[in-house]
Amino acid sequence: MTPVRISIAAAIGSLLLILIVLELIRGRRLKERYALLWIVTGVVLLVLSAWRSGLNTIAGWLGVSGYPPAILFAAAIMFVIAVLLHYSTVLSRLTDDNVLLAQEVALLRARLDALEQAAGAETTARPAG
Amino acid sequence: MTRVAAVVPAFEEEAAIGAVVAEIVAFDPSIDVVVVDDGSSDGTAAAAAAAGATVVRLPFNLGIGAAVQTGFRWALERDYDLAVRLDGDGQHDPAELPKLLAPIERDEADVVTGSRFREEEDGYRPPLGRRVGITWFARLVSLLSGQRVTDTTSGFQALNRSGIELFARDYPSDYPEVEATVLLLKHRLRLVEVPVRMREREHGSSSITFLRSVYYAIKVTLALFIAMGRRYAVPSEGVER
Repeated sequence: MTPVRISIAAAIGSLLLILIVLELIRGRRLKERYALLWIVTGVVLLVLSAWRSGLNTIAGWLGVSGYPPAILFAAAIMFVIAVLLHYSTVLSRLTDDNVLLAQEVALLRARLDALEQAAGAETTARPAG
Repeated sequence: MTRVAAVVPAFEEEAAIGAVVAEIVAFDPSIDVVVVDDGSSDGTAAAAAAAGATVVRLPFNLGIGAAVQTGFRWALERDYDLAVRLDGDGQHDPAELPKLLAPIERDEADVVTGSRFREEEDGYRPPLGRRVGITWFARLVSLLSGQRVTDTTSGFQALNRSGIELFARDYPSDYPEVEATVLLLKHRLRLVEVPVRMREREHGSSSITFLRSVYYAIKVTLALFIAMGRRYAVPSEGVER
């Protein structure tokens, strides 16, 4: 059975995570779409730490006989990997968008240069007045 | 009249780019040259403009693939019928352009690549390490595409409208020519290789070190297989083009 102190500490930790994430969303420092995975992580960890017999049962299924809190670590690591993977996809999309924007800016600037040159040639050809 | 755009990607090529542009213009004044300055910190853009090219300046370095793609997007926006691509370091001789354009004019190809390794011409023998890499990719791409491809890293190319449209929309990033071959195949465009002679670099040296080559070889091989497994919106098998 999981020692009670571990359950309490883990529950406090998960609760803190959820609160921090909610606070970040409230302050508009974190977008909901990127926060969802964090909240799911916090809730799952909170459930696993508070529901002590459940943790034991899951440990039994997975053949973890000696130390059920290992399941807590495993779950935490799994979710952190999921969050990181999600960030990699976000980063990749941002990179693609960035390239597209840079290309667009360059093409627009070339177009503007050409327009200004044409306009400049026109004004020098005609006397100002 | 057929309008031809010459796309020249350049990064820190201040010393060479002026001559490259001038040479293309001297060879055929009707070709519009666009130099894509890939975020150079030297005078590449000014030198290219002085030689008579249109310059598209990327705000920061995007890498060769995205730079080339910018040029094709430029050509597509301005409705060019054909595009040719030459490197900014002067290794591609504009005098070879008619050879590249011929198969497109005969409507036998959508994209034509100038190959250094077709037996008809020799003279270029790269060092062993590079030869191993070049052979590996040539064999692999030939196998994947079911047609003989000898030079998968050549940046000396000519494209018709379909080729421009495809590459303006989708172009790979590092060592893009290898993966682009697979892209062409997947989109059922016709690729033809013609033998050309290339010059040694006039300025600077190739920036490829041994470890980097190994890294790129692995990365590009992986990218090739992933590209093969990717689904594209392409005409189905039975459709005649």
